[in-house]
Amino acid sequence: MTARRILALLLAVAVLVAPAFLTSGYVLFQLTSTAIYAIAILGLDIVTGYTGQVSLGHGAFYAIGAYATAILMANFDWPFWATLPVAGGASALVGFLIGFPALRLSGPYLALVTLALATAVPQILRAKALEAWTGGVQGIVVTPPSAPSFLPLSQDQYLYLCTIVVAFVLYLLADNMLRGRQRRAMIAIRDHALAAEAAGIDIARVKTRAFAVSAFFTGIAGALSAIVVQFVAPDSFSVTLSIALFVGLVVGGAASLPGTVIGALFVQFIPNIAEAANKSAPGVVYGALLVASLYLMPSGGAGALRHLLHRIRSHRPPTTETAKQGATIHVE
Amino acid sequence: MSRLLEVTGLHAGYGAGEVLHGLDFAVEAGGVTALLGANGAGKTTTLRAICGMLQRRGEIRFEGARIDAFATEDIARRGIAHVPDGRGTFTDLTVEENLRLGAYVRRDAAVAGDVAHMLDLFPVLRERLRQQAGTLSGGEQQMLAIARALLLRPKLLLLDEPSFGLAPLVVQQMFGVLARIRAESRIGILLVEQNAALAIDFADQACILESGRIALAGVAASIGADEQVRRVYLGY
Amino acid sequence: MNGFLHQVFSGLATGGVYASLALSLVMVYRATHLLNFAQGEMATFSTYIALTLTQAHVPYWIAFAITVLLSFALGIALERLLLRRMTHHTALAAVGVTIGLLLIFNALSGWLFGYTVKEFPSPFEGGGNGAVLGGLMSAHELGMVGVTLAVLAVVYAFFRFTPLGLAMRAAAGNPESSRLVGIRVGWMLALGWGLAAALGAVGGIMVAPVVFLDPNMMSGVLLYAFAGALLGGVDNPAGAVVGGFAVGVIENLGGAYVVGTDLKLTMALVIIVAVLVLRPAGLFGRVVVARV
Repeated sequence: MTARRILALLLAVAVLVAPAFLTSGYVLFQLTSTAIYAIAILGLDIVTGYTGQVSLGHGAFYAIGAYATAILMANFDWPFWATLPVAGGASALVGFLIGFPALRLSGPYLALVTLALATAVPQILRAKALEAWTGGVQGIVVTPPSAPSFLPLSQDQYLYLCTIVVAFVLYLLADNMLRGRQRRAMIAIRDHALAAEAAGIDIARVKTRAFAVSAFFTGIAGALSAIVVQFVAPDSFSVTLSIALFVGLVVGGAASLPGTVIGALFVQFIPNIAEAANKSAPGVVYGALLVASLYLMPSGGAGALRHLLHRIRSHRPPTTETAKQGATIHVE
Repeated sequence: MSRLLEVTGLHAGYGAGEVLHGLDFAVEAGGVTALLGANGAGKTTTLRAICGMLQRRGEIRFEGARIDAFATEDIARRGIAHVPDGRGTFTDLTVEENLRLGAYVRRDAAVAGDVAHMLDLFPVLRERLRQQAGTLSGGEQQMLAIARALLLRPKLLLLDEPSFGLAPLVVQQMFGVLARIRAESRIGILLVEQNAALAIDFADQACILESGRIALAGVAASIGADEQVRRVYLGY
Repeated sequence: MNGFLHQVFSGLATGGVYASLALSLVMVYRATHLLNFAQGEMATFSTYIALTLTQAHVPYWIAFAITVLLSFALGIALERLLLRRMTHHTALAAVGVTIGLLLIFNALSGWLFGYTVKEFPSPFEGGGNGAVLGGLMSAHELGMVGVTLAVLAVVYAFFRFTPLGLAMRAAAGNPESSRLVGIRVGWMLALGWGLAAALGAVGGIMVAPVVFLDPNMMSGVLLYAFAGALLGGVDNPAGAVVGGFAVGVIENLGGAYVVGTDLKLTMALVIIVAVLVLRPAGLFGRVVVARV
């Protein structure tokens, strides 16, 4: 590790931790929420951005994670950190189970099935049969963990820092996983499945594992949301959430880690800003930017930023080679 | 008298690779030009380039006017009918519907008469009018494809490997019909054939393609008579 | 027994709406190989236009006709202006574009027409519920079935017997050969989108008096329509119609006797998954060799 890298890392940590002490109240809550969305979108990115399996139902995994944590904490008095593996594991399991039939479904059909799943989730959560567990329409109130006594942190600060820590770990994990052969295999499957198969890649294995890992990440995000929002209810996990994650992915830039952060910022702040102008504006902005991204900025915000950085660094437009490296999703 | 089809400096290709490297040839009104050569020489690519089905540059003149920037459907509307390799049958539609589509762009009253004439030329189609075109045999689909192309009342007919995969007797029948059509109308024909002997017999002019370039061109009969040329380029 | 029959006939009535929308989805799919996730929202938007016209005292059937024509034009415009530029799809782009349209139309409906739930007039009022067929259907439900069947018959006749319909079928099945006979394939695709949008409008206008009009009216209907289209075979128009009616009946019977009304949408999910896993081509569709 070069000195430069260590410095960069320290800087990153400082930037991430700073808001806990520089902001408070609602703004801090929004930043916490952004971090959670980033993790959720990162999960979606793994399965959709990298492996090309379009999911319009990731809200379901988010809900599983959230409810797992809520139920364990509220009904069984588990400490939060203990619920994380369960939340992630449960989501991963469901993701794995969905991954198998998903193998047989090509792009739009998988999107349709996941959309149907996302639409069904609130109904299932409201079901009378499961009310004893889920709390039905009322949902479950969650008491978040407080900072340990030796840390002079407020509730908001503690929750923010916990979220950042989890996010940091998950992003490191993702970065490790999404490089080299693994990454190339996933992208090959996404873009040239026949060639990938001919090259000996076990498509089924990569795809189902991608689904499971993807669900794991988004499930963890859901678990975090349970303690940050301090409440879970069926209506929090409607189709809107799944679509928001999808839009965040595309606008931020698929197959890109920085893209997930951009997407999260987009999902967190744009609706609020837009809503101030007009109640319907968020929908229009989402839809318009989604379509615009697909046509004009196929690599999303991340791609645009990368392009910009190249130009600044080299004072000339990037060569086709670097442009090819930068561009991830091609609307050919 | 300007030629029916005049191609000058035709370059064409699929994506990054160029397949045709500057072709020059022509088809006279009422004449038959054969495009010969081995597999992969670029014969099918040439026909597709003329019809605007892939990236091309160069000059393509039809009845004196340039068509090299036109879209496929507009080229068809100008009177160029293309029987593609693989027949291009509308497999889900009936034989009758396939025929009707051949005359889709025509508004004149002679369509019904032309269809009847096609059924005379290709009696086997009359029996199968209501049948789904995809269920026809290879030879029957070839007949259907030619009939469909002729229903456009084209001035130029592009034929891509009409004998491909057909039994010799069927091929003979088909060329018999083609000869009859040629006698009846002043239609010009650009014929791509791997079966060189057949093509040379039928054509006035012949061009031999090799790796995207014209290696030899001239009167078909002369080329056919030249043993050395036949052995080197045409394999017989 | 009476209750059962009532559910069946009621299901047929809503099934007609699903059938219309399913046919829209199939038409778009056959032409452009897209699953149009926005079909429902477009239909809702059209229904709002119809409402605005009737509120401006335009006679019902004239408002109906105008709305259908405007929707037709809208569908064509969308295909020509937006979708033709996306000639190659990645799965992400293909899904993303119609999801984007879904969001835009949904928001437009809310913005231009408000979010309060509105009543929509029916031309079939004849003495309240259960007025006809010995109490098995309401007048409007019977009217729904009638209008749906009439419209579907017209569409069928169009495709079977007219040159333009033939050209559209040709363009959907074999675009390259279609160009070779001079068909302007791009416009045929646009027409497909136009017809689909028009059909959607009919469906929306028919169902609005029953479920009341708000920007999210069609979100459930769309899923049922997809289920119907898949059940019948997503490349088979006739199958889609049968599938739509079937789903309508299944929804009602299932909701009444099996899962209760709360879990009705979950049934749509189950149907969709079941079809795709067990028999992806649907009941009447063609099994196509899947490209990985």
